[in-house]
Amino acid sequence: MQLIACPHCGPRAQAEFEFDRAVDSVLALDASPAEAVTRLYERENPKGWSWELWRHSAGCGVFLKLHRHTVTHEIAEVSRLDAAP
Amino acid sequence: MTGSRTGQGGIIDRSRTIRFTFDGKLYHGHPGDTLASALLAEGLVLFGRSFKYHRPRGVMSAGVEEPNALVGVGIGGRFEPNTRATDLFIYEGLVAESQNRWPSLSFDLGAVIGLFGRFVPAGFYYKAFLGKPGLWTFYEHFIRRAAGLGRPPVKPDPDHYEHRAAFCDVLVVGAGPAGLSAALSASAAGERVMLVEQDIAVGGGLHRESEDIEGLPGQAWIAQALTTLTGRGVSMLTRTTAIGYWDHDMVTLAQKLVEPGQVPEDGQVAQRLWRVRAKRVVLATGAIERPLPFANNDRPGVMLAQAVRTYVNRFGVVPGARAVVATCNDDAYRTAFALADAGCEVVAILDSRSESPSEIVKAAAARFNVQFDAQVLEARGGPGGLTGLAARLGGQPLSLSCDLLAVSGGVSPVAHLHMQAGGTLNWNETTGTFAPDVPRQNQVTVGAAAGGAEGNSSALGLTAPTGVDARHSFVDFQNDVTLADIDLAWQEGYRSVEHVKRYTTLGMATDQGKTSNIVGLARLAALEGRPVPQVGLTTFRPPYTPVTLGLLAGHATGKHLAVVRRPPLYDLHLEQQPLWLPSGHWMRPRAYPRGDETLHSAAMREARTVRQAVGWVDVSTLGKFEIAGPDAAAFLERVCATTVARLAQGRGRYTFMLREDGIVMDDGTVWRIGPERYLLTSSTGGADRMAHHLAYVRQVLAPELKVAIANVQEHWAGIAVAGPKAKTLLARMVPDPGIPRHMSLARSKIAGVPVLILAASYSGERAFEIYAAGTDIIPVWQALVAQGADLGGSAYGLEALEILRIEKGHVVVGGEIDGRATPHDLRLHRMLNPAAPFIGAPALQRPALQSSAGRLRMVGLESDSPIPEGSMLVSTMPGTPQGHVTGAGQRVLQKGHVALGFLRDGDERLGEQLMAWSPTRNASARVTIVDPVFYDPEGRRYRD
Repeated sequence: MQLIACPHCGPRAQAEFEFDRAVDSVLALDASPAEAVTRLYERENPKGWSWELWRHSAGCGVFLKLHRHTVTHEIAEVSRLDAAP
Repeated sequence: MTGSRTGQGGIIDRSRTIRFTFDGKLYHGHPGDTLASALLAEGLVLFGRSFKYHRPRGVMSAGVEEPNALVGVGIGGRFEPNTRATDLFIYEGLVAESQNRWPSLSFDLGAVIGLFGRFVPAGFYYKAFLGKPGLWTFYEHFIRRAAGLGRPPVKPDPDHYEHRAAFCDVLVVGAGPAGLSAALSASAAGERVMLVEQDIAVGGGLHRESEDIEGLPGQAWIAQALTTLTGRGVSMLTRTTAIGYWDHDMVTLAQKLVEPGQVPEDGQVAQRLWRVRAKRVVLATGAIERPLPFANNDRPGVMLAQAVRTYVNRFGVVPGARAVVATCNDDAYRTAFALADAGCEVVAILDSRSESPSEIVKAAAARFNVQFDAQVLEARGGPGGLTGLAARLGGQPLSLSCDLLAVSGGVSPVAHLHMQAGGTLNWNETTGTFAPDVPRQNQVTVGAAAGGAEGNSSALGLTAPTGVDARHSFVDFQNDVTLADIDLAWQEGYRSVEHVKRYTTLGMATDQGKTSNIVGLARLAALEGRPVPQVGLTTFRPPYTPVTLGLLAGHATGKHLAVVRRPPLYDLHLEQQPLWLPSGHWMRPRAYPRGDETLHSAAMREARTVRQAVGWVDVSTLGKFEIAGPDAAAFLERVCATTVARLAQGRGRYTFMLREDGIVMDDGTVWRIGPERYLLTSSTGGADRMAHHLAYVRQVLAPELKVAIANVQEHWAGIAVAGPKAKTLLARMVPDPGIPRHMSLARSKIAGVPVLILAASYSGERAFEIYAAGTDIIPVWQALVAQGADLGGSAYGLEALEILRIEKGHVVVGGEIDGRATPHDLRLHRMLNPAAPFIGAPALQRPALQSSAGRLRMVGLESDSPIPEGSMLVSTMPGTPQGHVTGAGQRVLQKGHVALGFLRDGDERLGEQLMAWSPTRNASARVTIVDPVFYDPEGRRYRD
């Protein structure tokens, strides 16, 4: 079980979190229909490092951005969405 | 083979005797004995029959890798099949039985297959029954009788299993010399250490050897280490197996607090599953010896050399009187010395190497008949034990008589956890071993598991002698896979090791090929003419050793399997003894039958009550969210696909929400309960999804909006009061100005309880939803019962609600909102917000979702006879489905039956006649396609 370092709550077990989506499949409200197709259906699904959205559902409830390796499950970075890039 | 107990030595307590039974016969052993050691000491040779050929099998090993001596243990619900006799420590009252034999172990009819029949080759079932279905039908009965490993328990397991979490700096797996040393040095550095050992005692291989370690006898060294570790507060768990190495250095441990089949003391748990998160993991898991490939190498009396030494030195059991040692390495020579010192005659040492310069071999040559270039071709014997063997000595045949054959084909480091953690292996061509190479997590492998015992191994042990009878040379003993099976798979074109594994079942037994995988791989590599690493390895999967399902389930069984959520009115419902319907985790009344009413008749009566008088239903479980802040309306316009911004204070509206792909996700109502404050409802089952969705919109899509969301699903308990007399009933409890108009709200008091009244209708009648804080709702329900009785009112359940909403043509999440339907499909598109600021709007503009052609559209269905639920819509029976029924019911006040469903291009096919056909229910009905609102289409009944 993965260990995710929540910036608010500290390191917590994966069971407290929900995977939401890859960051590249976030669809802006004013997106075009073509962009909706790209974001929703033509995704990267990388074998390797990926930016993902997770939510600490059973904790602070906050959405977090994870830089995670989809093969080794290494987590290089966990940040708040409003953190400076 | 006649085993016997030595007078001294080992770590068994000869002063005490334990009585147990095996196949109904009484035996004796000592504390510290395994079932295998105790039975060997009693002279037992035959322990069971093999899986496929029912060949006689004895004990091969002295550990968890045992493929042969599998027994059933325990009584009733505590019965556990396929327990390794070598991994089962005896206790008073132990009841064990042999497996795969009928009618008895010594006379087994199934063995006829092995004696007279041709061996069942690899892929037998695929070939024999391919394209001949009738043949399988005929033989299935016999094959099912013969198949299977052990028998399952027939009663529920009465024991408790517990889950526990732990954290440490260093987790050391395995308490042999390497593991103990690692724990000593880590604890000396002040680290928080956990040490786990699958055996009942720490010490590992030291119990097998007679050599000193660091100038001390093995047992003294162990005692000293234990004292030091205890003094430093190291947490030590014995009889605890690390079964899985998971992500981010989490290791699961299976701790046996009692032996399989043993009754725990009152109130105590039988086993405990630990989830340990360690900063660092030291894997000191040792190595497992491999057998040698030759004909009849599975006969009782053929044992691994290290196992023989373990029985002599640890258990004080000499498993034979005349022994031959067959080896490819130096280590097995120790077994010859141990046997001879214990009084067993060592007939010969057969070494497949041409020479060895080591001291122990020289010493052995001086004492025993040591032969080089010697390979065993065949073991001789049967269920009664071994009688001798045939070998080849430098090209010359040799025959020896013996009752014990100790074999060593080298060792395989136990790299299972290292591999589960994502590590890689390194192949040593000389020793024929895979040892851990690159770790992926914070793991380090030490001792024999790291290849530290490679000196005890040689790749020679992996090669079968030329001319050996491959059909009787076993590789995987538990699954009865022979060299010939691997050869056959290769001849038939199987090249991938994963395919060969599945075709032959090599390594797929409960021992997961601990003794067999490398031998099988070497055979495949030889056939391919490629080095072993290029042939590849199969995946190492948890658990390392078999675990009972009860351990994995823990306390999550029976009524503890899942939480039960009871709405605040649960106790009042319970008094009425309703039929319950679990809705998600919620318990909701389905109907309140009176007398001998059935579900259907009760629901129809309740529905008539609503249509003719007044009924009340518990709607506490609906999803409810309060949305507040200056941008609350703007936020809701993003979540809801309908217009919200112009909603006046005190008013409400039906709404629905879309997923990002334009499909309808949920529906409910939205109410403006304050200037900048809204209440949004959703379906019961969709409430958790909606909570996540709202959080996503607020945090990710529209973080600039000033809005706060509170999930108030459990804060507000609710009752819907519906029927032509609903207003009359409410007027008895609420002063007139307090009764809101349709789609308006009011705050008032009922039975002294502050309530929020929302006038909205799901049933199609004049209706009010009354909300109060949690259990405060109880007096409101009681008031309704008291005041509503003389109006002919009664409570109604979900079944009546379903009948009412179908007749009214209202959609439901999970019915018509099925995760595939667009607003157009559900005929909701006229309500869409034309400004389209909402989620799902971009995807909804796609042509495929805009055009109706070919899509399933919601329709109503009418019939004179009952319309089967879940049936398909066809022109003729049988026929190609053109749609399906989502919900069906009887009309409440009129004759006839109605249903909602989806039909391809259905909105253009009104008036058409089709069949609703359910082949699974063997039912059908002739239906007419109509508009889906069957009752009061003008909506006169719920308005004032």
